[in-house]
This record gives sequence, C-alpha cells and structure tokens, in this order.
Amino acid sequence: MFTHLLSLLIWLPIVGAVPVLLAGSARPMLARWLALLITIATFVISLWLLRYDPNGSVMQLQETHVWIATWGVHFTLAVDGISVALILMTTFVGILVIGGAWKVIQNRPHQYMACMLLLEGLLIGVFCATDALVFYAFFEAVLIPMYILIGMWGGPRRVYATLKLFIYTFTGSVFMLIALLYLYQKAHTFDLATLAALPLTFKEQAWLFFGFLIAFAIKVPMVPVHTWLPDAHVEAPTGGSVWLAAVMLKIGTYGMVRFILPITPDAGAHFAWIVIVLSLVAIIYIGYVALVQEDMKKLVAYSSVAHMGFVTLGIFMAFMLVREGGNTEMASLGMQGAMVQMISHGFVSGAMFTCIGVMYDRTHTRQIKDYGGVINMMPWFGFFYVLFAMANCGLPGTSGFVGEFMVILASFSASPWIALFATFTLIIGAGYTLWLVKRVLWGPVTTEHVRHMTPMTARETWVLIGFAVAVLAIGMWPQPLVHLMDSSVAHLVQQLAVHKI
Amino acid sequence: MGLSTSVLLTIALAPLFGSLVAGFVSPFLGRAGRAVAHSVTIACMIVSVALSFQVLYQLTLGGAENYNQNIYTWFQVGQVNASIGFMVDRLTAMMLVVVGFVSLVVHLYTIGYMRDDSGYTRFFSYISLFTFSMFMLVMSNNFLQLFFGWEAVGLVSYLLIGFWYKRPTAIFANLKAFLVNRVGDFGFLLGIAAVLTFLHTLDYASAFSAAPGLAGQVLQITANMQWDAATVICILLFVGAMGKSAQVPLHVWLPDSMEGPTPISALIHAATMVTAGIFMVARMSPLFEMSSTALSFVLVIGATTALFTGLIGIVQNDIKRVIAYSTLSQLGYMTVALGVSMYSGAVFHLMTHAFFKALLFLGAGSVIIAMHHEQDMRYMGGLRKYMPITWITMWIGSLALVAGPFTSGFYSKDAIIEAVGLSHRWGANYAYFCVMAGVLVTGLYTFRQMYLTFHGKERFTVVAAHGDDHETASSDVVYDVHVSADSHEDEHHSGGQPGVLHHPPKESPWVVTVPLILLAIPSLLIGYVTVGPMLFGNWFGGAIHVNEANDVLAELGQEFHGAAAMALHGFTQLPFVLVVVAFVICTYIYVFNPALADRIKRALKPLWTVLDRKYWVDEVEYALFASGGQKMGRLFWKFSDAGVIDGVAVNGSVRLIHRSAALMRRLQTGYLYHYAFAMIIGVIVLFGGYRLFGN
Repeated sequence: MFTHLLSLLIWLPIVGAVPVLLAGSARPMLARWLALLITIATFVISLWLLRYDPNGSVMQLQETHVWIATWGVHFTLAVDGISVALILMTTFVGILVIGGAWKVIQNRPHQYMACMLLLEGLLIGVFCATDALVFYAFFEAVLIPMYILIGMWGGPRRVYATLKLFIYTFTGSVFMLIALLYLYQKAHTFDLATLAALPLTFKEQAWLFFGFLIAFAIKVPMVPVHTWLPDAHVEAPTGGSVWLAAVMLKIGTYGMVRFILPITPDAGAHFAWIVIVLSLVAIIYIGYVALVQEDMKKLVAYSSVAHMGFVTLGIFMAFMLVREGGNTEMASLGMQGAMVQMISHGFVSGAMFTCIGVMYDRTHTRQIKDYGGVINMMPWFGFFYVLFAMANCGLPGTSGFVGEFMVILASFSASPWIALFATFTLIIGAGYTLWLVKRVLWGPVTTEHVRHMTPMTARETWVLIGFAVAVLAIGMWPQPLVHLMDSSVAHLVQQLAVHKI
Repeated sequence: MGLSTSVLLTIALAPLFGSLVAGFVSPFLGRAGRAVAHSVTIACMIVSVALSFQVLYQLTLGGAENYNQNIYTWFQVGQVNASIGFMVDRLTAMMLVVVGFVSLVVHLYTIGYMRDDSGYTRFFSYISLFTFSMFMLVMSNNFLQLFFGWEAVGLVSYLLIGFWYKRPTAIFANLKAFLVNRVGDFGFLLGIAAVLTFLHTLDYASAFSAAPGLAGQVLQITANMQWDAATVICILLFVGAMGKSAQVPLHVWLPDSMEGPTPISALIHAATMVTAGIFMVARMSPLFEMSSTALSFVLVIGATTALFTGLIGIVQNDIKRVIAYSTLSQLGYMTVALGVSMYSGAVFHLMTHAFFKALLFLGAGSVIIAMHHEQDMRYMGGLRKYMPITWITMWIGSLALVAGPFTSGFYSKDAIIEAVGLSHRWGANYAYFCVMAGVLVTGLYTFRQMYLTFHGKERFTVVAAHGDDHETASSDVVYDVHVSADSHEDEHHSGGQPGVLHHPPKESPWVVTVPLILLAIPSLLIGYVTVGPMLFGNWFGGAIHVNEANDVLAELGQEFHGAAAMALHGFTQLPFVLVVVAFVICTYIYVFNPALADRIKRALKPLWTVLDRKYWVDEVEYALFASGGQKMGRLFWKFSDAGVIDGVAVNGSVRLIHRSAALMRRLQTGYLYHYAFAMIIGVIVLFGGYRLFGN
C-alpha cells in the first residue's frame, strides 16, 4: 500500500466517481452515501502521509510509471511536507464538502457527487506531481469538473461565469505550456528535479518566469487578473465555492513554489518586486473593494484575493530577504508563513462559504441587505459565524492569524514599508468582515427572509464543527504543521538562493 | 521554593473551563443551566483568585523566585521561536490579584444585575472568557502570547459591548470599538515585528537583556532618512497601548462601549482591559528607557488625554458616560506617569483605579437598577435616602477618584502629579499643567455627578404600577428594559416617560451591595497600606527598569516619610486646594442654586457645544475612515475593478476579438478581384520595402 499510496489517493476518488455516477438519479441516497464513504476512505488513507519524515529526504513516497515512452515522460509522483499538508487539507475539506451538499443538491445529485470526487482526485494529483507534464495535465483537468459544477448547478449568470473562468485560466495555461515546451526542448525531460538543476541564462529565465507567473497569477488570483473569481464564486453552488476557495486557489501558489522558485531563481529575484507590489495591492486595494460589496459571496471572494496576497507576498519576499540581505532565517519565516496561510485559508474560506451556503439554503438570497439579526433565529449558527469571521480577520488563536503573523514579522526585516502596507490588513480585514457580521448577524430581525430562517440541522452543525476544529487546532498550536513543512521550506529557501548564471 | 507550573496553569485555565461550561453545557440544561453557569464560573474564579493570592504571597513574603518558563512551542522556524509561556514576577502577581479580585466581584454582582436577562448564561461565559484572556495577557513571557491576550480581550470586549445585539447603538459601538482597537493593534504588531527585526527574539527576557544593544541602531526609512530603532519600536508599541488604553485620538471607542451591560463596563472598560496598555508599557520599561523621544510622545499623549477627555465628562448627563470619561482621564494620568519613567507609579494608579472605578461603575449600575434602567442624571436626584449603601460606597469611590487625602486614589495620583513636576523630560511642563488642571476637572465632574444623583430634589415621579403583584411587575420591567434600553440619553425605557417610575427606587439586593462594600474597602485603604513598598520601596524589583537619570520616583522618595505624613502633607498642596474649589463650586450650584447650572451653560454656549460634541473627533474620524473608506472602496470597485479591468481589459479583449473576427470576415469577401488586388499591393509593398530597407 505504501509503495502506491499517492496513486491510491489520486485514483480512489476518481475511480470512485464511477459507481456514484452509476447509482443514478433514481437512488440519490445511495450516491450520497457512496460519495461520503469514498471521501472518508480517502481521508483515512491520506493520514498515512503523516509517516512523512521531516528529517528525511525532501521528496518522499516516490512512484514512477512510464507514461509516454517516446517522449520520455514519466508519471512520477512524490510529496514533500508542503504537499502532505495540502493533500491532508484537501481530503479533509472533501468530506465536509460532501456533507455540506448532502440534501441541498436535488437536481441530479449523483452527478454532482461524482463531480466532487473527480475534483478531489485531480487536486490531489496536482499536489503529488513531480513531472511537469503530469502537473500540467492535472492542473488543466481540474478545470473540467469545476466548469461542469458551475455550469450545471450554478446561478442565473453561470454561462458568463464559466466562460470567464475557463478563458481566463486557459489563457494563463497557454503561457505555461509554452514555457514547459521550451524547457523540454532544452532538457529533453519534464522531470521537475532535472529542470530545477538546468542552467539557464537570465534572458531565458525572464521569459520563463513571466510565462509561469501569468499562468499561476491567474489561478491564485493576483491583482489585476482576479476578476474571474468573484463571478465564479457568485454563480457556483456552495460546494463549488468551497472547493474553489479552499483548494483550487492554492494550486496557483503551489505552482509558483514548484516552478518559479527552483527553475527561475535569478529572474525571480530580479522581478520579485513586481509580485510584492501586486501582493500589497491585493491586500489593500482588494480590501477596500471587499468593503463595499453588496453580495456576501462576492465579499468573501474578494477577501480571498486579499488573503492570498499574503501567500504571494511571503513567497516572493523570501527572494528579497535572501538575495539582498542574506537573511535566510527571515526568508524561511516568511515562506513558512505563506505555506501556513495557504492551509489556513483553505479552512477559513471554506468555512465562510459554507456559512453563506447555510443561510442561502434558507433564504435563497445572498444580498447583504436581505439579512439582519440572523442570530435571533439561529443562535448556534451565530457562534460559528463569529468564529470564522474572527479567523478571517486574523484573530490570534485561530488559524487565520498564524500565517499573517509570520509574514508580517518577516516583512519588517525586508522593508518597514512592506510591513506597513501588509499590516494594514489588520484594519481593513476587520473592517469588511465585521461590518458584514454586523449587517447579517446582529441587530433585530427586519426582513421576511430572516423571519423564516430555521435553526441549523445536525448535519450542518457537524460540517461547521469540522471546520472549527481545524481552524482552532492550527490557531492554538501550529507547531505540528510548521514542523511538517519546515525542512521543505528550508529546501525551497536554499533553492531560491542558487545562482544559475 | 519556586512557583509551580500547575498552579499557574490552573489560575489561567480555571476561568476558561468555567466559560466553556457556561457557554456549551448550560444552554442544554434548561432552567438549571443558569445556576450551573453562575456557580461553576464563580467557583472557578474563586480557585483562580485564591491561587493568585497565594502566588502573590509566595513572591512577596514567601521568598519565591520569579517564574519564567515556556509551556509549549507555538512555532519554531529556524532560530525564531514563538512559545506559550508564563513570566510571573511581582508585577504579574499584582495584576493577577487585581484582575481576579475585580472579576470575581463582578461575577457575583452579575447574578443580581443580569437576573432577568435572557442571555444570562452567555454573559457568564463571556466574562469568564475575558478573565482567562486577561490572565494570559498579564502572565505572558513573550510578545506572541501578549498579542494573543491583547486580541482575545478585544474579542470579548466586542462581544460584550454588543451583548444586547438587537440594539443598533450597541452593534455600532462594538464594531467601532473593534476597529479603533485594530488601528492600535496595527502599530502594535508592527512594533512586535520591529522587536524581532532588531532584537532577534520574541521572548521578553532575551529582548530586555538585548535592549541596551538598540542604542545607535537605526531603521532605514528612505535612502537618506534614518530613524532611531528604539524610538520606532517604542512608539509603535505605544500605538497599541493607545488603542487598548483609549488615548487620544484613539479614545473614541470607550464612551460608546457603555452600550454594554454595566458589570462589564466596570470589569473591562474601567478596571482591567483598558489598563492593559499601561501594563504593557510598564512591562516593556527596559525598551522604553532606551528612547526619551518615545517617552516624550507618551507623556504628551497622556497629558492631553488626562485633561481634555475629563472636560467632556463635565457636560455629560448619562451617569455611565460621566464615569467613562473619567476613566479616559485617569488612563491619561497613568500614561503621563509612564511618560516620566514612573512606571511603578502608573501601575500603582492602575491598581487603585481598578478598585475605585469598578466601585463607581457598579454603584452606577445599582442606581440604574433602582431607576428601572434610567441612566439620565437629569431624572435622578435625592436617591441617598432610598439606597444608603450605594450612596455611601459611591462617595467613597468618588473621594478616591478626586484624590482626597488618605484614600487610595490620593496616594497614586498625588505621587504622579509631584513626579511630573520633578521631571525634566521634554513635554513635562505641558503635562504638569494638564494633570494639575485635571484635578479641578475631576472634582467638577465627580461632585456634579454625586449631587445630581444622590442629593437635591427628586426629579422623578412615582406612578403606581397597574396590577397588584409588585414583584412580577418589577421583574417584567427589568426584563423589558434589558432588552431595549440601558442606553443613549435620547432612548428611554420601556414605554415610560423619562423620569416616571412605576414604584419607588429601593436599595439593591445583597448580591449587588456586597460587591460594592468589597470594593469600597480597598478603595479606601489599599493606597495607605501599599504606597510605601510599591512606590518607594522598589517592590517591583527587576520587573521594572528605570535608568538612574530618569528616576524621578527616587527623587520623590527622599521626601517620603510614611503614608500618614504624605497624606497630611497633601492637605497643604495645590491639588487639594483645587479639589476643595471644585467641591465648593458644585455644592453651590447643585445644592443651593440649581438654576445657576443652566445659566452658566447658556453663558458659555460655544464652549459647552465644543465639549458636548466631544471636539468633533468622532465626526472627523468617521468621515475620514468609515465614510472615506467606503467611498474609496466604491471607487476602486466600480471604476477600476468593474470599469478598467473587467470593462476595458477583459470584456474589451472579448470585444476586440469579436471586432477583428468581423474584420477578418469582411476580408474574406469571396471575390477573386479583391484577393488579386490585395496580392498586387502586397507584392509592391514587399519589393518596395526590400529596396528601401534591405541591404
């Protein structure tokens, strides 16, 4: 089992989608239970990843299968600490997404559940791939179930949203594909480790850097290529939103870590300021945009963009710290912060979207003005909502704090100006999140929508408890997570210190 | 003999346990849940307080060593370590006792005050959670945990200000409080980052021992601008204190926080949480001593707060708001003390203030219960004969507040004023004027409040309630009012006219009066007992560090010949004269010539307006940050996000493709002569180009 653990994790949900699909619309409960069992099984199996030894070699649990023999492409999989953390998050969120969508999806639930499983398997594949072409295949394939999810179970403007999502991200991918093809004709392999060691001139690196950057920046998404995200979120069903926010955005930043840092370290160092500036713009500018949103989902979508700004900031600040000051210590701290922020944002944004889903299922509106005084009707929901809102504005004790704290601490060493702008999130983040809470949760019941809300069901409560446990556990004691990723982060920082020219 | 880790853990975790029981178990127990909530939380508090006293005893008389140990590693990245751990020295022990004691008293008081509130168990859960957070803050041995406690008390404050979440004013106030505090935390977190950058540690002990190394270090701001590292660190940290301890211009949230139930006004917004900033600066004294620029900044901010917020208190009519402004002013005094390097004086005033201000708030709460949740003093008067215990204890608290000799407030405040007089720090002259004038101001609002509430004519009328069952009627009224009132001056209690009561005011039950008495005792005596060791006896030891050149307290200490002598000497000093002047003025106006107050108000209309509008600070800040932020957000969203990026770039490129496709379509006309013509042109251009630019 251990020799093929990663394959198992990828293919179990993907193959498992077949029987779920076969259950048919006539037996929705069977489809649901099957899907739940498969996600639980995937999660349980993924726990074996914790055997990853942070003190051992960086890449572990390696598997190689010949894929396209004539091109020398191998289906190679392996994980480091960062992948393990992301996969565990994915499998955990997978259960909660199935649980959250249980009875909500009435229209062809078997297809919906199958889609979810397919998505889960593909996302795990992204995090395991150590061959660039395999990565690319999974990276692109993820779009298909997401496209179907929004297109079939989405809101009224789903056609616009799906097209925008698809064309936006596909445009980016074209640049990545060109970059990969260039690398292939130089190295005659897609093996990431070989590509990392490939000597490249600065000019080559610069072209490759921007090729990769465009592809991944769209996925993250970074300003100014973020506008597909709010539209996609608004039209997506709750489960789609949760996948999108919790895991799909992470494959953008994960790609940066896997491609830009090792392959183009010199160009990365040279152009890091661009990404840093865009990250700070994301934190502040998007914060302001989030403040005035009238649709809850859009608000949280924008807040996702702002939070992902911390991830890109942490990653690229490391270049600045290492290359200019030789400060690997702070570079590691910032990078570690970025990684923790990825995991944390998965849970926090997933929870926020789930909360919105819980309300939406009762009222069928996402407009903030249709709410007010929800706590009067749903007191326990209020507890969770405040908890996740606090995590969203980075309150210590919740996971939202940990990554931001590390990135801000490190940023001061890079430049007090970066720290100044990054720390601004403390105010603006609290502003848009708590103003949302004020308008939705607190106050007297003023609208008919709210008057008819019913308390949470047991299923909804368990899903939110699942998120809450993750958010609080990381917030109270991040060391296990940090330790898991520590050696991998140190390895990354070493990689970006390498001069290739 | 050292302090034991398990004892310290118990002190911190017992309230958390109580909070969890009250929050997550009580709601499922039906009626019994209420009893479970208050008995479990109070039992936990008793354990904590008893152990806190034991810790204090061990550290003072028991000869125990200071405690400084990490409990667990929060994260470790390279050499950067962030841990959860405790540092317990006398400073911490004193804070533990003060926080624990006031919290216990407030728990007790809550049984009476919140009796008929539907959120009874939730309230107990919150105040116990607050106590846990505050303990974590004061026991911390590093900046991470400090920040955790700092934000956690902010969270509970947010929840408690908005406790009556149906009231629009309450949920406005709690959002405002959180955001203004976040502005402070913005500086605070940057300060912590600066500490890590320059001192390479988050641990107090290592940071303090490395602090002297800050001298001469600079922070590069721009290519040719450098700032002194110690000054930057200290001012940034102090910005955090300005938020939490409500210093000008971040003071605006505290008066609004009075929207919360009165017990938490006493606990959080007077005695403990708001003093966290003072405690933090005292704890950081080794850092602050490195920068006299930063201390001057502290001094000027504190002095401004002490005088100008006190002035607002004079024109308030809401009994709780008077005390709230008084709290701001007293926090200003503590900050001034910090600014002249008199850290132990600041902490000493923090302690005495905690007792007498909690007493005043709880006394005000007792009045509010008696008045059926009327808070406007214009409808009170003559209450002394209805509620003698409240009346006497509030006078005790008031005397301490105005620094009447022998009361606890005298020892702490008088020492601060004298120390400011001795200080040569930049800004000390201004500060001396402010704290001296502040004494008169304190006297004016305090005596005015006491007269309006307890003395003079009764300005309310009693109309008998309908129905015979007195008790039921009364509890109904209290319940209604809890949900809807306890409030802004223009918002009155359930259905009634202002100043119309359904039955006469009466003294509050014992769960309310016993806490008053428990607080009145230290308000009177604690200063007399502790002034010698705490101020002049180096009681805090190594917990507080003062450079010899800055040590005004030592200078002051040469003239100290015991607490009694100090008090007697106080009778001959200017502050006492000012208090007497204030007393005479108030007595004349409110006892002998009540019409005079209105005449003065009319005569000084412009000044009165300035104070009544609170110098328009709220309006300006709201316009700048709240409205401004929304405007900016709308601009960004509509103009650049939806307009430029989506409108021009995204949809624009779609349109571009559309148009170019249309163009292409037009090119493919299908007429042979079009193609032939195009070919001829092409050939000409190619050859022409080749002739011109080729070789």
